[in-house]
Amino acid sequence: MDFIQLAISGLAQGCVYGLIALGFVLIYKATEGVNFAQGDFMMMGAFVTIWLTNAEYLGINFWLAVPIAILIMGILGYLLDMLIIRRMFGQPQIALVILTIALGFIIRFAAGAIWTHEPQLLETPFAGKEVRFLGFVLGFEEVAVIIVTLLLTLFLFLFFKKAKLGKAMQAASQNQLAAYYMGIPVKKIQSLVWALAGAVAAVAGILFASKGAVDPSTGLLGIKAFAAAVIGGFGSLPGALIGGLIIGIIEPFAAYALPAGYSQITPYLIMILVLIFRPAGLFSQMHSKKV
Amino acid sequence: MDRIALKIDNLESYYGPIMAIRGVSLEVREGQIVTILGSNGAGKTTLLKTISGVMMPAKGTIIFNSESIGGLEADKIVKKGLVHVPEGREIFPLLSVYENIILGAYTRTDKNKISVDLEMVYEYFPILQERAKQRAGTLSGGQQQMLAIARGLMSKPDLMLLDEPSLGLSPILVEEIFTILKRLNKEQNVTMLLVEQNARVALELANYGYVMEIGRIVMADKSEKLSQSKDIQEYYLGMSTAGERGQRRYKVRKTWR
Ligand SMILES: Nc1ncnc2c1ncn2[C@@H]1O[C@H](COP(=O)(O)OP(=O)(O)OP(=O)(O)O)[C@@H](O)[C@H]1O
Ligand SMILES: [Mg+2]
Repeated sequence: MDFIQLAISGLAQGCVYGLIALGFVLIYKATEGVNFAQGDFMMMGAFVTIWLTNAEYLGINFWLAVPIAILIMGILGYLLDMLIIRRMFGQPQIALVILTIALGFIIRFAAGAIWTHEPQLLETPFAGKEVRFLGFVLGFEEVAVIIVTLLLTLFLFLFFKKAKLGKAMQAASQNQLAAYYMGIPVKKIQSLVWALAGAVAAVAGILFASKGAVDPSTGLLGIKAFAAAVIGGFGSLPGALIGGLIIGIIEPFAAYALPAGYSQITPYLIMILVLIFRPAGLFSQMHSKKV
Repeated sequence: MDRIALKIDNLESYYGPIMAIRGVSLEVREGQIVTILGSNGAGKTTLLKTISGVMMPAKGTIIFNSESIGGLEADKIVKKGLVHVPEGREIFPLLSVYENIILGAYTRTDKNKISVDLEMVYEYFPILQERAKQRAGTLSGGQQQMLAIARGLMSKPDLMLLDEPSLGLSPILVEEIFTILKRLNKEQNVTMLLVEQNARVALELANYGYVMEIGRIVMADKSEKLSQSKDIQEYYLGMSTAGERGQRRYKVRKTWR
């Protein structure tokens, strides 16, 4: 009983890591760069939703606030690429890394200035509700987190597998010049990838804030999600999710079994082991990329 | 039938401060195959890039099907029916062969006609149908070149710019690909502007040829005439007549750079 509850809450937390890791993978696939602000995007998505729907702020209906927040974060992602990141075209990859780290700081400080550093919980219509399943009593939020994450991952997977736009995104990342030659509007496509990463971050933030309080430094758990993405193999969407789930599930058990403090190390320990023994990640097919 | 498909006047193009295209003018008539010959670094690829909108022209005009396309973005130009098959088989290595081909039709909206053209493309390149599900990066060099041409065809072009399709291929494969190009020109009415270093096959295929040196057109004539020209025979067809003379001219040429 205890075991199941621990596993379910670990799974739900792992879903959030997985969604942030999806954001890492999206940006990596499209630009070969890493967006170290992805965790802060998630925090911001959470706060935007809180601001829209919580009674003390705007108090808009939850089901209306959610799509608006996703849209806002998507637009911000698009603008970020259009106004800043696109201009760094041709710079070495490290430039994007530094830029996104700085961006993370800015988002954290801005969020603190706007919404204070107090931990806040997203007010949802299903707060405190329970789901009975095979004799277990599960928190509704946790079940919702797991279902929404699975659906979103499935959607993204199919999007890249089937949709014309998803194909074009992959093409633009694999061979930018050839994509230009084929008349694929590469710049617009890259901005759309950033929009998608923003929207996914918003979903992660909403899920996270519905089951626990957020504050401006919450985005720092992006580092754990980064480990998840590495474990999954940086180029694989399902891999990112599974990497997140592995970390999410192991965490509570490590905390239970190991002396205090040590459990915090486990995600990174797993990441290092994966890097040593399977450097391309657990789930990525080995491939040699054309330079 | 002899309508002008592409007309370029006084085109100039730069890489930063380096002038790579120095006032090029040329003409391609509908239904023709026109070739541009020239040694390494002459500016052939740059010229094609400028026509297809991957690079911006600094000066000059590009008229395609009676419309000025100079300075338009590449995707707009593809929509107008001009496609660039780049040098060195630039394919999408991790996507399947089929996905590569279909991406060639990215700018098109006539969905039902796309599948008809897919059949057409497979008919010309049956090996690609056989390998449709395979990752494009695993194809052989010759197959990748076929894929690049097939992908270009899917945009349903009036004019195809081909950049050294013979590069790095065995003579037999070159023969095979050039035969297909000839068929495409005749049967699908695709006008072609073909950049080549392999002057022999290019002049055999083309109706008309230009010779480019350091950013300029230095010679232009019908293919048969070019094949008979002394200079062409020496520099591009490797028929050095009098050994000593060839030697001397070669040295002179080198000092140009
Ligand atoms: N990205 C670039 N930046 C600066 N200079 C360039 C660039 N690309 C080409 N050049 C220069 O422009 C000139 C023309 O190059 P281009 O690639 O058009 O030649 P080419 O005729 O296609 O040669 P090849 O037969 O070797 O393909 C060369 O002197 C080359 O060094
Ligand atoms: Mg070239």
